[in-house]
Amino acid sequence: MADQSHSKPVHHQEYEKKQHREEMKQQVLTFALMILFTFIAFGMVIFEVDSYFIIPTLIILAVVQVAFQLYYFMHMKNKGHDMVAVMMYGGVAVAALTIITFTSIIWW
Amino acid sequence: MSSEDVLNPKRMPHDPEKATLEGRNKFLGFWFFLGGETVLFASLFGTYLALNGSTQGENTPEHLFGLELVFIMTMLLLTSSLTSVYAMYHMKNHDFKKMQMWLGITVVLGLGFLGMEIYEFYHYIHEYGFTFRSSAFGSAFYTLVGFHGGHVLFGLSWIVALMLRNQKRGLNLYNAPKFYIASLYWHFIDVVWVFIFTVVYLMGKVG
Repeated sequence: MADQSHSKPVHHQEYEKKQHREEMKQQVLTFALMILFTFIAFGMVIFEVDSYFIIPTLIILAVVQVAFQLYYFMHMKNKGHDMVAVMMYGGVAVAALTIITFTSIIWW
Repeated sequence: MSSEDVLNPKRMPHDPEKATLEGRNKFLGFWFFLGGETVLFASLFGTYLALNGSTQGENTPEHLFGLELVFIMTMLLLTSSLTSVYAMYHMKNHDFKKMQMWLGITVVLGLGFLGMEIYEFYHYIHEYGFTFRSSAFGSAFYTLVGFHGGHVLFGLSWIVALMLRNQKRGLNLYNAPKFYIASLYWHFIDVVWVFIFTVVYLMGKVG
């Protein structure tokens, strides 16, 4: 068949499948870490860990979890995501400014 | 290779979602949109943070929220994020049936989340008389969490529509970007939820 000329060699197919499996493994590991962070965050609040640092810790846990989600689940760590990073970091910068403005103007 | 070609492992491009110009444009445009969504939710979070102390002396966050329900909702949404990763894994290996199956599981988990959120709101309104109009805190809470819930509903409808529309088509270069982008949207919903359970519920309980 003429189509066969477009086919990829078998070893290449195997290679790609293997790559996908490797990535999937990383993603399952990421998921386990995200579950762990969630448990820590809820645990700290349920068992009333009394500390000055509880709120900063909760926020750091959330930020790390979101970074995992963006870089592993949404593939931002892969090639060809430069413009994506520009857009997301641009969005995050404006977002941070928005939150600082809203909270500081009304609180002070 | 035309975009109507059904993909099979022998003649597939490596990244089917980015193999056509249309796919690449969708990919980039969608991330642009997600950057904008980040700003949109930031304004809702900013409003919530500024107003969550204005409770009119009743129904404070600490008094209102129950963490058990929120914990289960978090687990449901987090797991649904992983199942949509599995769906994209099978898309890359060109296994349409398995992709549809994992998307189906994602939808079921998302529906569970949505049902619990509706129950939560119903509970607040009927047991506590806590509504959108109760206080500035009430307005900010329902706007932020409700907007997220609306995103969940939209994401579910989107995924279900894609699944039904392409049921008989199989996977091709025309619809692979569509599935990929719907899964990005679904992950983004989980990103927002991580901040909601941290900022609204956990920090609300800490006081």
